[in-house]
Amino acid sequence: MTTFRVNGQDHDLDIDPDTPLLWVLRDELRLTGTKFGCGIAQCGACTVMMNGMPRRACVTPISMVEGSEITTIEGMDGPEISAVQAAWEAIDVPQCGWCQSGQVMSATALLQQIPNPTDEEINHAMAGNVCRCATYVRIRQAIHDAAATLEG
Amino acid sequence: MARIQTTRRGVLAGGAGLLLGLTLPFGRGMAQQAATGPFAPNAFVRIGTDDVVTVMIKHIEMGQGPYTGLATLVAEELDADWSQMRAEGAPADGQAYANLAMGVQLTGGSTAIANSFMQMRKAGAAARAMLVAAAAEEWGVPAAEITVKAGVVAHEGTGRSSGFGALSQAASRLPVPEDPPVKAAEDFVLIGTDRPKLDTVAKSNGSAQFTMDVYRDNMLTVLVAHPPKFGATVAGFDDGDALAVPGVEMVRQIPSGVAVYATNTFAAMKGRNALKVDWDMTGAETRSTAQMFDSYSAAAAEGGQTVEETGDLSALDGAAQVLEAEYRFPFLAHAPMEPLDAVIELGGERAEMWFGSQFPGLDQPTVAEILGLPQDDVKINVLLAGGSFGRRAQGTAHLAAEAAEVAKAAGRDGAFKLVWTREDDVKGGHYRPMTVHRLRAGLDADGNIVGWENVVANQSILRGTAMEMMLQGGPDATSYEGSTNLPYQFGASRIGWAEMENPVSVLWWRSVGHTHTAYAVETFLDELLAAAGKDPVQGRLDLLPGDAARERGVIEKVAEMSGWSGSVRGDKGYGVAYTKSFNTYVAEVVEIEDRGGSPHVTRVWCAVDCGIAVNPNVIRAQMEGGIGYALGTALHDRISFSPGGEVEQSNFDDYPMLRISEMPQVEVEIIQSDADPTGVGEPGVPPLAPAMANAWRALTGNRQYELPFGGGSVA
Ligand code: FES
Ligand code: FES
Repeated sequence: MTTFRVNGQDHDLDIDPDTPLLWVLRDELRLTGTKFGCGIAQCGACTVMMNGMPRRACVTPISMVEGSEITTIEGMDGPEISAVQAAWEAIDVPQCGWCQSGQVMSATALLQQIPNPTDEEINHAMAGNVCRCATYVRIRQAIHDAAATLEG
Repeated sequence: MARIQTTRRGVLAGGAGLLLGLTLPFGRGMAQQAATGPFAPNAFVRIGTDDVVTVMIKHIEMGQGPYTGLATLVAEELDADWSQMRAEGAPADGQAYANLAMGVQLTGGSTAIANSFMQMRKAGAAARAMLVAAAAEEWGVPAAEITVKAGVVAHEGTGRSSGFGALSQAASRLPVPEDPPVKAAEDFVLIGTDRPKLDTVAKSNGSAQFTMDVYRDNMLTVLVAHPPKFGATVAGFDDGDALAVPGVEMVRQIPSGVAVYATNTFAAMKGRNALKVDWDMTGAETRSTAQMFDSYSAAAAEGGQTVEETGDLSALDGAAQVLEAEYRFPFLAHAPMEPLDAVIELGGERAEMWFGSQFPGLDQPTVAEILGLPQDDVKINVLLAGGSFGRRAQGTAHLAAEAAEVAKAAGRDGAFKLVWTREDDVKGGHYRPMTVHRLRAGLDADGNIVGWENVVANQSILRGTAMEMMLQGGPDATSYEGSTNLPYQFGASRIGWAEMENPVSVLWWRSVGHTHTAYAVETFLDELLAAAGKDPVQGRLDLLPGDAARERGVIEKVAEMSGWSGSVRGDKGYGVAYTKSFNTYVAEVVEIEDRGGSPHVTRVWCAVDCGIAVNPNVIRAQMEGGIGYALGTALHDRISFSPGGEVEQSNFDDYPMLRISEMPQVEVEIIQSDADPTGVGEPGVPPLAPAMANAWRALTGNRQYELPFGGGSVA
């Protein structure tokens, strides 16, 4: 039995302890905003917050989540994610969209840590999030825009 | 399954083909909306009493923007307000939703806007005319006095006005106009301007629904163990350990491998790992990449069949200088971010599917045949796709077929979600064909090009698929497109094609033949210009005939944008390349730095002429994305075969994707044009790699005859 909180709700699940958090979120809790891209911590599509820090759900066995607080894209709120999503919408960042939950999660985590990141800091913080559609030009721009809104 | 009949209205003749406004096969989710009485003048437009205009999009949305693009065309002629527009994927219906460029319901060849341009405008114009007629009748005023603007129908004289919703029921009782007039280009309000994409919000908050997000009641998730080598087959299997995994329900052999069915994804993965399959390697391909290249190289040296010829190549014999080069391009996986997946549900002698079907026109009959059902009893819901780049455009319908086989082999009704992991995707074939180009060209004493020969050796993509009939017995032009029909005046030229046999499956990969032809042509041309002491930009312009205005337009524009002043400035190299693909003209300039012996692209300028720019924002996004897609590939990617014939790559650790730190600054300019719109999904890709190689050669002297850049350079 694993006990943890997801988006403010308590869950007790009797489940194979090896099961990655990603598949628990998707298959059991039907929180499908968190995506599968590689399964080996190489793409960031599965990024969630675990106790407030970004984490790759595809390589996080559910046994490790015991007692933790998980937030998925569906459960995020606060000024940073609002600013990030508004910036994403303003310049139409997504193309196919598959990677974008993960991009938004990582960008939000970045702005929580560094309110006004440089290009260098953006490159560093977002390096783990692959976008096969290569929307990177706009991701970079949107993070700067979101930072500006938060400052303003 | 809900099937709502709208009024039969007969045939609406459109400028570009047929618009059939017949039965609309609505999905379940639509029943409620239908109950409020939508006005559906044709298969593309639905107007609800709540003023919402929904456009049924016949092209799959995989990031290239047809939801927004096709809805723009309807909204333009309907004079709708952008905020009332919605888009929805059209289901499989080959009659209503055929691609007019192909005659089948499919998306590909960057044709979505081009083939829909008049069709969708007519669909919007018809709906507008009917709303106006309904208002005229209700208000007792002449239709000619009624105006429509931003979703409001109004009559100045009486001061009456109405939204679309309030008129929709009356409009739905009127006849559909046969050939409604459309606007002149100068009257466009939406076309040519930027507006928010319709799917951005849902794609920024996790609510967009893709195939993998579909969960049906009691659904089983299915992974298939595929052969480790191309051409291998299943000899037998032991499913004891697999079935012992909690959650694994059954294991079945299907034509493409052995399928493991489980109650959740992780159990299916574990079950497949535990499965023991005995593979019959009798027919397996065992050659390594090096061995394959040797045979391709030998075939290219023999010259291939002539597919284009101008003048007499013996001109080369008298040339002052002859250059030769052999280029090698590896197999490439598309690696769309959402791996392949499909949901299929069997029940009551029908099948329903949910997936990113790019060729519904082929998938539907394929599934019907496997399941022994009439085609009409196979319903395909076309969902958003997490990228494709060609991977979902399957002339063999192999994914839909595998899903149908999975459902059939289960031996019972129920829902099944077929999932390919990233490893399945990277190792799973359907690659951009590996290719050899052999080039030879000569310069006279004044540095003029007097002869040009290019022989391409690779597999045909169409051969052996349902689309082979498109070849009509001739060579497969998609294998060498971009080596023929060049605008440059080379004097004599000959293009040859050697068709190779290889059991490794191949498929079109974003920009198809141009992925390699543009590289070979534009880098070899650059070398010739350098040998002749000519500037890369001016040298290209000088080779264009007088009527090549659009070619000249993009090359001159990109030179201007980049402030072109030769190939090297300080510690930076600059390279240019030009390609026409999918009827769109693109020129790019790349700025490169040498970072410890490795190329680093810092900036890219791109000029594109795609006719009327329906949605400039989407066009710019497609150029940016195409540039990143091409750059990542040129830097990192190859699918290779070990001695023995196994794919050496498996996931993003050894088949790396471009990362944000490698993404250059990109500037895009769209040439103003009143020509009919052409494609944008693919044409941004081809010029990038050759422009980059040209910049790199200018900066370092290194010639790159083999891709990716990490894969060996010739000094
Ligand atoms: S799916 Fe987790 S990092 Fe790619
Ligand atoms: S938007 Fe398609 S992978 Fe990022």
